Amino acid sequence: MTTRVGVVTFPGSLDDRDAQRAVRLAGAEPVALWHRDKDLHQVDAVVLPGGFSYGDYLRCGAISRFSPVMDTIIEQAKLGMPVLGICNGFQVLCESHLLPGALTRNDSLHFVCRDQKLRIENAGTAWTRDYSAGQEIVVPLKNGEGRFVADEHVLEALEAEGRVVARYVDVNPNGSYRDIAGITNAAGNVVGLMPHPEHAVEPLTGPTTDGLGFFTSVLKQLVNA
Amino acid sequence: MARVVVDVMLKPEILDPQGQAVQRALPRLGFTGIADVRQGKRFELELEGPVDDAALARIREAAETFLANTVIEDFTVRVEETVTSVPSSVAGDAK
Repeated sequence: MTTRVGVVTFPGSLDDRDAQRAVRLAGAEPVALWHRDKDLHQVDAVVLPGGFSYGDYLRCGAISRFSPVMDTIIEQAKLGMPVLGICNGFQVLCESHLLPGALTRNDSLHFVCRDQKLRIENAGTAWTRDYSAGQEIVVPLKNGEGRFVADEHVLEALEAEGRVVARYVDVNPNGSYRDIAGITNAAGNVVGLMPHPEHAVEPLTGPTTDGLGFFTSVLKQLVNA
Repeated sequence: MARVVVDVMLKPEILDPQGQAVQRALPRLGFTGIADVRQGKRFELELEGPVDDAALARIREAAETFLANTVIEDFTVRVEETVTSVPSSVAGDAK
């Protein structure tokens, strides 16, 4: 049976179609999920895509976090279902408290859009097992509120437990603490990432195809589970 | 109708680049002597019923779970006296 990976569309989601395309290119079946529908339609994993859900009103991800579909996703994520939050999706995961810390306004105050070099720090999560630890990749990054912050003891715990998934290399585009671009929960099934691997899956449209590994990783994870 | 005001501010240890940008702009406009600026949010909640302890407890809960992200923000809740007169608008070149 084909692996089914759900991609949630919130009002204001932007990269849901690209995420679906990346899922398809990785060999899985993308399933469109709607924010008002609690039913996950038998998906094996979920991607929360980038964009500006609910216009980023109140705080990025703050309103989406209380949408019906998130109730089920939070419940299933706690039971081990793989969930990848990209950009706005990362913000939703932090607002949901599935991941610690928060994403705040870039220190430069500018919206930043660039091809960004990252180092994969943890290649053991559900979404990074097709990479090797220390591997450097280049994927697009585009955010206005991508500055990862957390208090000192949370940062220490993330480092000590190997829960920093990816770090910015050469340039820290938004002032994130400790150059953090992505983190995971303790179980390794929930990953939040500020840059956009779904925009780097084909040579025609991406700077590289380095992003595909996130989507092939979860397939392997699910087949071996 | 009773009004409850919830003020939300970034915690002191969280960098506030918007406040900094405002602070940097002030001297250029001739407003000197301002040592620091922090920017926050103000929510005005109009209650249907009376402002009793139960209502305030619910509003604190809303502030804690929704209006503020307590990972990065602090909030205060206060009751505002009912305003009877409509505040006069700033005199301008109304057309």
